[in-house]
Amino acid sequence: MTQGNKVAYPVVPGPEGILPPAATMMGVPLPEEGEGLVEGRIVGEQEALETAAIALLTRKNATLFPGPLVLWGWNDHTNEKAKYFFDVANELPGIRIIPMPDYRPIYPKIDPEAVINPCHPNLTIWHNKIEACVFIGVHCHFANITLKMVRAGTNCYTIALCAEAGHEDAMCSVPNFDIEKLVRFRDAIIKVKKNGIKPLYEGKGIIPTGWAQISRLSGKPVEKPKDDLLEVGVTGAFSHELETGLDDTAE
Amino acid sequence: MSEGTKATTEPQVSKNDTSPGAGIPKETPKKEEVKKGAAAQRVVDPDYLILEAPREREFITGSEAAKEAIRRANVDIAIAYPITPQSETMQQVGYLYAEGYIKDYYRGEEEIGVMSAVAGASRAGVRVLTATAGPGLMRGMEAIVSWPGARLPSVLLVMCRVVNTPLAIQPDNVEISYLLNAGGIVLHGEGQQDFYDFPLVGFMVGEKPEVTLPVAVAVDGFFVTHARGWVSMPAEDLKLPPRDCYHEAVPMMDNENPPIRISRDAPIQKSNFISYQMHAAWQQEVWAAQERAKKWLDRWLGGLIEIVNPNAKTMIVASGAAVSQGREAVRQAEEQGLDVGLIKVKSLRPFPGKELDEALAHADRIVIPEFNYIGWLAREVKSAIKNSDRVIAGPRVFGGMTMPTEMILETITGSK
Repeated sequence: MTQGNKVAYPVVPGPEGILPPAATMMGVPLPEEGEGLVEGRIVGEQEALETAAIALLTRKNATLFPGPLVLWGWNDHTNEKAKYFFDVANELPGIRIIPMPDYRPIYPKIDPEAVINPCHPNLTIWHNKIEACVFIGVHCHFANITLKMVRAGTNCYTIALCAEAGHEDAMCSVPNFDIEKLVRFRDAIIKVKKNGIKPLYEGKGIIPTGWAQISRLSGKPVEKPKDDLLEVGVTGAFSHELETGLDDTAE
Repeated sequence: MSEGTKATTEPQVSKNDTSPGAGIPKETPKKEEVKKGAAAQRVVDPDYLILEAPREREFITGSEAAKEAIRRANVDIAIAYPITPQSETMQQVGYLYAEGYIKDYYRGEEEIGVMSAVAGASRAGVRVLTATAGPGLMRGMEAIVSWPGARLPSVLLVMCRVVNTPLAIQPDNVEISYLLNAGGIVLHGEGQQDFYDFPLVGFMVGEKPEVTLPVAVAVDGFFVTHARGWVSMPAEDLKLPPRDCYHEAVPMMDNENPPIRISRDAPIQKSNFISYQMHAAWQQEVWAAQERAKKWLDRWLGGLIEIVNPNAKTMIVASGAAVSQGREAVRQAEEQGLDVGLIKVKSLRPFPGKELDEALAHADRIVIPEFNYIGWLAREVKSAIKNSDRVIAGPRVFGGMTMPTEMILETITGSK
């Protein structure tokens, strides 16, 4: 794929409205090996990595969303990839990590501080006021529908680091994202910081999110959160109320 | 073996042999194991098998061509229910099972059962083939339309025939129009050669991670399935790589997660607006996946369309067996001093709308011959190109009729 400045359809942070078109249908191509995709434009891989790094360092409440393919220790490769994932996280001051552990619907409602779910990913984005995020290790179908819904309803800058062909509906995407590319991504973050990009949350480490992470990191026993911790709409004017009563038996 | 000869595996020693060691029973030489079927084949790169491997020509039927494709497709399981004119093809595939080229093969109870079983096999992560025709496709449609959303790669061979009353087994491809809105990839083969090439391409494209969709390969029954034609094929000891279900768009063999879990759960059918939005995004993603298939179809089919005499002011646009009639009409038109071109549409889904619009930009008239009453290809073309009043939606034959090339020529010249 040749590089160029022509953008068939700009894929930029939303909210785009209820049903923005799939970027593919608007003529946005997938990047080839060695390339990346930034806001609908094919660029070199390094440019894409640095663009992603800057977004994560400078936008509010940047969050990493690891999916099942890096979250669970399916095999040695997964474990190794998870290790390098944390190398990336450690270079991002103030980064949050919220997993997408699987794709099952969660009833009656999700804990938006603990998980992101492809059935309603915008709830987690809204609740935590996330303005930049990375999807990594998410199966392509669920990454794509999540990316569409996030672009439809939020102002989040989405980054998809894909082990396969990449994602047109992300604002930034790099294909065939293996361990070597994770290392290159870490190096890109170090490089942009060295070149003068000042992290928004300089001096901070990984910010624990969700009751399980907080319990784990604080050494306290893991307990389920009390209901009042799950109250929504209390964190600010832009958060959206979770729908109560997501009962699959309800008529 | 001649009568009276005793079959034995004992070492035979001549009584007159006086050489050292003679008379001492020797170890029976081990019979070299002869590999058969799939075990005798070697996996090659899809580019090599589809594009590069040396080929030899054989004069075979369409059903036999499909059989030779399946022989080289590394198929794990084939499931079908017989119906004319598909039965011949699946009988041929049955021979492949007997020869060891397919791991499992059975006849389902009917088409809903077959198409549901195909979904199960694909969800299990194996490469699956099925085939049907006419009313069988209609019966299986409920299951077939569930495949794309569930992101289930497979190849469905469709040998088109009449579906409507008065029922007949004759060629008519109206059934393709039902497939066009199902969400899967739909290829329409012209002749026996396509019925060899397209299934192999179908498996490879459908299993690409960014695609992960079922592929239907349709041909016009009898004209293709039962008639013979020259088919170029590489050696039969080559085969495609096996399916790698761990590099696809959804988790396979996972009953706890959608899309498999959708069968027993309702994550999106009920509840609030946001869930409906997920359903909407899901549908968008299925059609987006089709669009991504274009890159691979271009690579392995040599383009979604083929153009003959591209500068002609009168262009025939056709798919399937109508392409062959169109080719002959172009030849006869040339004899009459008429300048007529032809576009063969190989892929109906994804539809090559942009390609057709560009290729037809110069044309004054666009003639679309079809083997069905409703003229679904003409509708598709009209919706894709500018100045669609250039389209002459015909000639059309249906209910088993053949299409004399004179019909096309008369439409071109306006004599009828």
